[in-house]
Amino acid sequence: MKLDFEHIPAGHCENGVISSLLKYHGLNLSEAMIFGIGSGYFFAYMPFVKLNGIPIASFRPVPGMIFAKAAKRLGIKMKKQTFRKQPKRAMAELDKVLEKKLPVGIQGGVYHLSYFPPAYRFHFNAHNMTVYGKEDNTYFISDPVMEYATTLTAEELKKVRFAKGPLSPNGKMYYPINIPEEIDLKSAIYKGIKQTADWMLTIPVPLFGVKGIRYLSKRVRKWPEKLGPKRAAAYLAQMVRMLEEIGTGGAGFRFIYAAFLQEVAEVMQDDRYNELSKEMTKIGDKWRNFSSQAAQTCKGRSSDPDGYNTVANLMLEIADDEERFFIELKKLIK
Amino acid sequence: MEKDKVPQDEGITEGITREVQYAINKKGKYEKVLSKGWEPKNIVNDLAWKDIQEDIDFADEKIKSGKASPIMHYMAKNLMNITLLADYVELPKWKVKKHLKPKGFKKLKQEQLENYAKVFGISVDELLNFKP
Repeated sequence: MKLDFEHIPAGHCENGVISSLLKYHGLNLSEAMIFGIGSGYFFAYMPFVKLNGIPIASFRPVPGMIFAKAAKRLGIKMKKQTFRKQPKRAMAELDKVLEKKLPVGIQGGVYHLSYFPPAYRFHFNAHNMTVYGKEDNTYFISDPVMEYATTLTAEELKKVRFAKGPLSPNGKMYYPINIPEEIDLKSAIYKGIKQTADWMLTIPVPLFGVKGIRYLSKRVRKWPEKLGPKRAAAYLAQMVRMLEEIGTGGAGFRFIYAAFLQEVAEVMQDDRYNELSKEMTKIGDKWRNFSSQAAQTCKGRSSDPDGYNTVANLMLEIADDEERFFIELKKLIK
Repeated sequence: MEKDKVPQDEGITEGITREVQYAINKKGKYEKVLSKGWEPKNIVNDLAWKDIQEDIDFADEKIKSGKASPIMHYMAKNLMNITLLADYVELPKWKVKKHLKPKGFKKLKQEQLENYAKVFGISVDELLNFKP
């Protein structure tokens, strides 16, 4: 049994899955719209949370949050289930929902994804994909970050759903059970924008929002001296990976946000959002420049502080830009 | 980023997939564009794998000098640390630490060896006969 489900490649897995699931149920909202409504834009530097032994700089809130907030603001009811240490039940439950002709979103670990580019197969557990059918021992998979739909065997899928380590999915699966006839899109957009602006401008801890970018900029300058050339390069490389590696749509979600603002301009019939979209594109281009320069600095694993100072300066410039941007954006939703 | 500037540098996803990039078309509207890759991404990904290879080499040196068991090689090869491996084999960390030493490894029973081999996706023979 294979459901009539359209595979739509997306920039980011979480939004891509939600957008496709809703589309199956007749609600057309783009990935960018879900991302904006769910307040997906963020910056956080978390020296106390480490990935591969390196502090995380994240350009989005914690996994699952975008999805939860978007659903709430749109009035959509989702059924969510996890199955701690119960892989058999998790697979049986998935089959049962598929039998009802409902595609199912699942969380999984990319390390066990046989169809994934090998170079991307790290122990990262907050990946999302849709299961849209089953024939014999094969499940049909729509993974938004893949160009085409794929498949997994039952054994593989079980491993993916029960990957271990940080953010382990515990068989998590979800699907919409109630979508309201009328959706108040404008109100959902306002709420999404307001929260993002508040997060970026007013969290009173220096690790988040534009303050976080400035704080990290200071740290980056010290990396070559404090960590030595090899570790410093690894730290900087991980930042570039958070910005660009699979699932951000480019420039740490900044371009997806610019796309969202263009859609908002249409919904609100207000050209000022188009102008701000252009500003956001410039910010995204600066982050791309950051990645490009940072990669060059990492490449030779040189401890020359110049490379680190260059990217740190760029970050200060971007922090100022993002601050100005969100002050302007906030004015529009008053 | 403009659509015609979306980089198409072959690299880590070659022959498997292309990734979505958001870019502006000629009318100034955003659309999803498929990209084959970007050189800065290739560079940082390559660096991550070089570090993993160094971990494997380090493990192999220790095994050669009799200070570690083959489990250390496969742990590094599977991008794991002791915490993650302990999670996968469902054992406390102190036990895994013991098994990482040649002495502790020799005492492993058949079913424990099978448990490790299964997690690493290899046979028990491969695990027992590993030579760096």
